[in-house]
Amino acid sequence: MTDSIVVENASKMFTMRYHRTIKQMTIAMMRRDKISDSFLAVNDVSFTIKQGESVGLMGLNGSGKSTLLKLINGVMKPEQGQVLTRGRIAGLIATGAGFHQALTGRENVFLNAAILGMTEAETKRKFDQIVEFADIGKFLDTPVGFYSSGMFSRLGFAVAVHTDSDIFLIDEVLAVGDKPFKKKCLERMQEIKKEGRTLVYVSHAAGSVKTMCDRVLVLEKGVLGFDGDVDEGIRYLHYDDGDADEVNSEEADQADLDSELGAEI
Amino acid sequence: MTTSPDRVVDVAAVAEQPLAPPSANGGLTDVFRRRYLLKLLVQKELQARYQGSALGLLWSYVQPMVRFLMYFLVLGLILGLHHSVKNYAIHIFSGMTVVHYFTETFSSGTRAIVRNSAIVKKMAMPREMFPVASVIVSAIHVFPQMIILIVGAFFTGWVPTLGGVAAMMMSLLIITVLGTALALLFSALNVFFRDFQNIVQTLTIFTTWIVPMIYPFATFAHGTAKHPLLYYIYLADPLAPAVLLMQKAVWLPTFMKGPIGYPDVPNHLWLLSFCTLGACLGILLVCQLAFTRLENRIAERL
Repeated sequence: MTDSIVVENASKMFTMRYHRTIKQMTIAMMRRDKISDSFLAVNDVSFTIKQGESVGLMGLNGSGKSTLLKLINGVMKPEQGQVLTRGRIAGLIATGAGFHQALTGRENVFLNAAILGMTEAETKRKFDQIVEFADIGKFLDTPVGFYSSGMFSRLGFAVAVHTDSDIFLIDEVLAVGDKPFKKKCLERMQEIKKEGRTLVYVSHAAGSVKTMCDRVLVLEKGVLGFDGDVDEGIRYLHYDDGDADEVNSEEADQADLDSELGAEI
Repeated sequence: MTTSPDRVVDVAAVAEQPLAPPSANGGLTDVFRRRYLLKLLVQKELQARYQGSALGLLWSYVQPMVRFLMYFLVLGLILGLHHSVKNYAIHIFSGMTVVHYFTETFSSGTRAIVRNSAIVKKMAMPREMFPVASVIVSAIHVFPQMIILIVGAFFTGWVPTLGGVAAMMMSLLIITVLGTALALLFSALNVFFRDFQNIVQTLTIFTTWIVPMIYPFATFAHGTAKHPLLYYIYLADPLAPAVLLMQKAVWLPTFMKGPIGYPDVPNHLWLLSFCTLGACLGILLVCQLAFTRLENRIAERL
């Protein structure tokens, strides 16, 4: 199989500045306080994902999952090492799309699709599908600033999911939707998987990672701590400790949809 | 649920695509490769500017027209500046069209990335798109002013010539290149320190006075006859030749029949203009390089 995402020794450093005005910085310097601090959000991470693989990216809050996703999607560049991808990338970063508050849902769909690389004809062809999936009804011509957070992320997910991409990235999108929408998302993600797209799925929900992914990467404070089998990965994270039920009762998965969909977040 | 279950990723086709960094690296060339996206961004900006307004784009005709009438009536007729500077209203308006175009590209271009932070933070795309779209919006707003300027000049005796049109184009071209360069650089700097949008506002105050807009070039040329250094520094400012070209195209022909030259415009104005354009292209290149460097940290600092 072809390599889809290749990450080689990638590191991303963030600089935090404590003082933004000259006055504050001067005072801080006189007191010999630090005026900036840096930390490695992603530290020397390497892995290769083949085309068509679905990979769950797990880790505690602040472990660098979203940053790694931003490196893969191209919003950020690594300081060291490199990130290489093959083909078109779509998906959602940090629950919600890059929408412009003042534009209506309709305009944002076209803009967002264009940024993802879709042509006007392509967007028009898929427009009805997108709207139907997002299920925002008459709010389509209302500025997205007035949307509820659920509607906002539904529309974002709908656009991303209908882009003909080779790589699909999802970052905790299921955390904000209601139950029917979560179900619909999960079904759609299964289809995406079947279509042969590479899937990178960030989630805290062990259940949904188990059903979606065939490999798990675990990040710990920016370092890749685990890369391998799904069950082992979840055990590595100790996510199976408290709610052993959820991981073991695979037959009961449909009944226990809530935990599968990540409602425990 | 409407889906396309038969769509399957063509593994062979994917394999033919190269493994490449996911972030855009082509700079301005990428912007013009993705014209459809650029068009949408320009539409978005135009719409945002006239949101909730009934007259919409018509406002960009009303304001310059009122301004022109005020110059003509108050400065020209009541204060009598028409006696010392012929067709003063045309003189000041031709300079102002150029200067306004510049200040608008500069100041709205500077805010372009910060204004679109919601998109910049989450979507991978050439970030040059935003300053470039904002320059195009400013260019669209120049048209109404140019039309009012030309109509005004026409009624005071202007006849269009090929050379005049060329000078007009050259003037706007210089401003477009310079404006794009500065919009690129400052839109990126503004992400790091929002002070830059205030710095730009302050800088634009100067532009009114360092070009022959309020006063005619001839007055300046007489005043600096004994200070050649000052004279050349003044002309080294790219805005000066742009304003002079516009006056040579529109203002001077309204009353001068025959060749136009020193002291109304400097000697070798066309040569100076081409050198200026070349220099502005150089500045654009430098600003693009600086932008590429700054861009790496834009997403995390917004």
